[in-house]
Amino acid sequence: MSKLQWMMITGIVLFLFACSKSEQLVAIFQGFRQPAGFPAPAYKLANNPVTKEGFELGRKLFYEPRLSRNNTISCGFCHLQASAFTHHGHDVSHGIDDRLGSRNSPPIMNLAWNTALMWDGGVFDLDLQPIAPITNPVEMDETMENVLQKLRNTPPYPALFQRAFGSTDITTARMMKALSQFMVMLVSDQSKYDSVMRKQGVTFTDAEQQGYAIYRRHCSSCHQEPLFTDQSFRNNGLGAGPNNDRGRYNVTLNPDDQYKFKVPSLRNLAYTAPYMHDGRFYTLPAVLRHYTSEVQDMPTLDPLLKQGGHTGFSLTATEQEQLLAFLQTLNDKKFVNDTRFAEEAP
Amino acid sequence: MHSFKHTIYSALVVLLSFAACKKDDVKPETPAGAKAVLSIQFDNIAGDRNLQLNTGAYTNAAGESFSISLLQYFVSNIKVTNNSGQEFTVPADSSYFLVSEANVASQFVKVKVPEGDYQTLSFVLGVDSLRSTMDISRRTGVLDPSGGMGDGMYWGWNSGYIFFKMEGESAAAPADPSGQHKFRYHIGGFGGYSAPTLNNIKRITIDLRAGGIAKVRQGREANVHLMADILKVFNGTRTISIAANPTVMFSDFSTQVANNYTQLFHHDHTEN
Repeated sequence: MSKLQWMMITGIVLFLFACSKSEQLVAIFQGFRQPAGFPAPAYKLANNPVTKEGFELGRKLFYEPRLSRNNTISCGFCHLQASAFTHHGHDVSHGIDDRLGSRNSPPIMNLAWNTALMWDGGVFDLDLQPIAPITNPVEMDETMENVLQKLRNTPPYPALFQRAFGSTDITTARMMKALSQFMVMLVSDQSKYDSVMRKQGVTFTDAEQQGYAIYRRHCSSCHQEPLFTDQSFRNNGLGAGPNNDRGRYNVTLNPDDQYKFKVPSLRNLAYTAPYMHDGRFYTLPAVLRHYTSEVQDMPTLDPLLKQGGHTGFSLTATEQEQLLAFLQTLNDKKFVNDTRFAEEAP
Repeated sequence: MHSFKHTIYSALVVLLSFAACKKDDVKPETPAGAKAVLSIQFDNIAGDRNLQLNTGAYTNAAGESFSISLLQYFVSNIKVTNNSGQEFTVPADSSYFLVSEANVASQFVKVKVPEGDYQTLSFVLGVDSLRSTMDISRRTGVLDPSGGMGDGMYWGWNSGYIFFKMEGESAAAPADPSGQHKFRYHIGGFGGYSAPTLNNIKRITIDLRAGGIAKVRQGREANVHLMADILKVFNGTRTISIAANPTVMFSDFSTQVANNYTQLFHHDHTEN
């Protein structure tokens, strides 16, 4: 056999070996995947590719109470998986020392598609998001410097950072990137609605089908499929609350943005009560009552909620039932039970 | 004949390369040559007195007596212009500094520029929008967005740097829940990420000719000594009263403070 033939054979063997190795890795950890029918993510994955080690470190940090001043509150404290990573049953969340915040803790799901974070969009990059609750006096009331110092002194964090990022250095950027890797993986795309749309042998009931049509007529311009939000900021006529939270205006200082808040997704509503930025509605019928008869006219009220000279829109009792039936198809039981996202047993 | 053709081609090539050179000449020239350290000293004062944290008592144009407990600001995007009008921009990754009254070393901003005689210095008071929105891994050192509520220079709730932070006490300020009469000026705003909003980024340009040009040479360290008069924060284009504005943070009024602090600096002298 000639030298050339030997080289070719060696090359082919090496090539096959490389293939089988990478296939094995894929089988173990799939990383971030864009679900069928979903748009391209907004999060810049190229700047932070999701790895098994980074994701696992992010998960550990998410459930780490050392992120708070007195080591009592973790991210998972106000973002419970069983509640689609929100704080079920709390209109506004209580953080450290039982101090109350002013807004309802939003669910952490499908954040990879969020163009801005927080009810007012004040945070424009997921990598910067955790700094807000960590340093907020009513949430975790800690400094980033202290958090990094605690992690440096707490095994196995240095080793985990080494696995994820190649050295034991624990920096703000690495900590944020790890948390982002965990959070972008929190994808909810396994509801009944998704199965129906993907034609996976499931169909809507008659009531759900009617409800879907009602949703398309009255809700879909803001709560756009498939994420069930258009990521915009709108005033839905709630009227000013007792603390006169002006929402988006606080960030832009534009008077046209007064009382506007981010359009929340309609996914997983069964797990995320109460509703609205201040958690003022405990049930979905209360939400529908708002839209049908309680929308308050204000200068920045969304024009879609003021058509033909009256506010809100009307739905018969039957239509409301049908709409609620459809909304139930957006609940993703697999998401709230996915063991990959749960806190590891200590 | 063949060699003649060859000569023509050669001549063309030479001509073209001349043209290329000429094109280069049109571009603004930047000073070249070996680099040396230029030091820019930010000496914080209050009118005709040196600034002393906590212990010094000062009075502003509104007649309010006050003391200063914290003073910090970002200096970035440094440029110098030499006597021939050539401009040199310090590379971005080496051009962000946090000056703090509590940290003497931070008051000497050191950059490397080509040897030469410089008659103009300019810098941004604050952090430009490009860096403010850059991936977190590119924001290290003083730009690490990990500041806390105390001396931190970053807003977590509304992603962005605080460019200028000054806090102190004044009987003119209303009592806070702890009984202290504090005033707090936290000025920032890079223009907004997805929607336009406040832009308090200010470029400060200082003519060094009257106070002495900076002669940058290797083996020496020219020091441009600037005075930053914090009274100008109150006594600028607009007179700002602590009683009327004890807290100025992310608000429309912050632009008034930012307009005033553009007049903060004057060049006292240069040590060459």
